Amino acid sequence: MTWDWNYVADVLPALLDGLRITVIATLLGSLVALVLGLVFAVLMRGPAPVRVVVRALVEFVRSTPLLVQVFFLFFVLPQFGVTLGALVVGVIALGLHYAAYNSEVYRAGIEAVPRGQWEAATALSLPRSRVWTGVVLPQAIPRVLPALGNNVISMFKETPLLIGIGVLDIVGQAREAGNTTFRYVEVYTIAGLLFLVLSYPAALLVRRLERRVVGT
Amino acid sequence: MIVFEGVEKRFGDNVVLSDLDFTVASGEHVTLIGPSGSGKTTILRLLMCLEAVSDGVIRVGGRPLSHMEKGGRLVPADEKHSREVRKHIGMVFQQFNLFPNMTVRGNLVEAPTRVLGLSRDEADARAVELLDLVGLAEKIDEHPSRLSGGQQQRVAIARALAMRPDVLLLDEVTSALDPELVAGVLKLLREIGETTDITILCVTHEMGFARDFSHRVMMFDGGRIVEDAPPEELFTAPREPRTQEFLRAVLGR
Ligand SMILES: Nc1ncnc2c1ncn2[C@@H]1O[C@H](COP(=O)(O)OP(=O)(O)OP(=O)(O)O)[C@@H](O)[C@H]1O
Ligand SMILES: [Mg+2]
Repeated sequence: MTWDWNYVADVLPALLDGLRITVIATLLGSLVALVLGLVFAVLMRGPAPVRVVVRALVEFVRSTPLLVQVFFLFFVLPQFGVTLGALVVGVIALGLHYAAYNSEVYRAGIEAVPRGQWEAATALSLPRSRVWTGVVLPQAIPRVLPALGNNVISMFKETPLLIGIGVLDIVGQAREAGNTTFRYVEVYTIAGLLFLVLSYPAALLVRRLERRVVGT
Repeated sequence: MIVFEGVEKRFGDNVVLSDLDFTVASGEHVTLIGPSGSGKTTILRLLMCLEAVSDGVIRVGGRPLSHMEKGGRLVPADEKHSREVRKHIGMVFQQFNLFPNMTVRGNLVEAPTRVLGLSRDEADARAVELLDLVGLAEKIDEHPSRLSGGQQQRVAIARALAMRPDVLLLDEVTSALDPELVAGVLKLLREIGETTDITILCVTHEMGFARDFSHRVMMFDGGRIVEDAPPEELFTAPREPRTQEFLRAVLGR
């Protein structure tokens, strides 16, 4: 088994295109997960019926495999007349799945805000919405940024699950190339390296953030 | 100004305040004293709507606080009503509770702009004036974490005053301070007491301050008023054995 640089040159454009898809899925998925997770966390402090429904949804999402959720959205939704592209389904599934995890992260941050802060804000008659946006979240979010960052990295590494519904991400492209040429070493090595090249610096960044947060 | 009518507060089966009746006149300074767990903080928290009454009615400025009038009957207050009445009440906490994510200025302009609808400039002018009063004009753009406890508490007092409250509630505002910082805060409170006509309800363990600051002192025990008298009377010739015992313990005589 030898390493064929010409072959590498041939498949690299396709792999980089896969990387583009992986990054798009991660960024959009994370955007959904960060926003929706925050909405879940805030609703979990709301009135009882809302709280119960959101909690049930979060527990459900957390207790079922991501792949099942991906397949469910991709194959079951069309039967109800909702047909979405594979990448869109992927973004929604990743976003929803990680929103459930992020909501727990946000919740921990919110609970770490001392009760006295809520009481001072209430004593000043601040409207509820402003208590959240002006007092509680600005204190809660900075301390959970590292944990949220880690979830973005986890999501990045889980995007290959989307090849199950035909999304051609890095791994999808590697598999395509491998299956036509029967040369696997180069494509999977490069696929692995591409993940490493992005996720390792990201992890270092999160670690620096962690130190900053602890420092405050 | 403040009227408690048959107020009861329970936490589960624990009756913390029972059948409490008292009034505080406009501009009056009333100090609550009593042993730990006697319900002093709970009274202030009920007034601030941080807790709901279990029974009875509290009125502030003639308006029911815990209840609202609806079709001629009193029904439990909703959030909007509570917020409306609460606008006229300020509270200062033992732990200051300044917002650490805002500067001193931010802490002071937040509620006047968001709640009273003051313009940014008006609120800013008010903040500058109040910081002058509490002697911290030069700290206006600092974050609270860079201030000493005594300074933080003075900012917290300024923050409460920025709402121009009719009623000010002070819950052991010097208890968390280093001993050398207590005097400055008490001096400020005396000054506020002398120069404004705010009705002040105050919980403190500083008996010297209670004595010269208040018009009336109420001694609490087990959620009931044991004795209610002017300070010169209550501190020099307490009538109730429970008060005598308590004063002996805290004054060590
Ligand atoms: N949120 C709560 N849940 C249950 N019990 C409470 C709660 N808040 C206060 N209590 C109880 O109510 C009683 C009165 O408490 P409160 O804080 O009013 O006393 P206090 O007179 O302020 O005492 P201290 O001098 O120690 O501050 C105590 O027995 C306390 O345990
Ligand atoms: Mg207390």
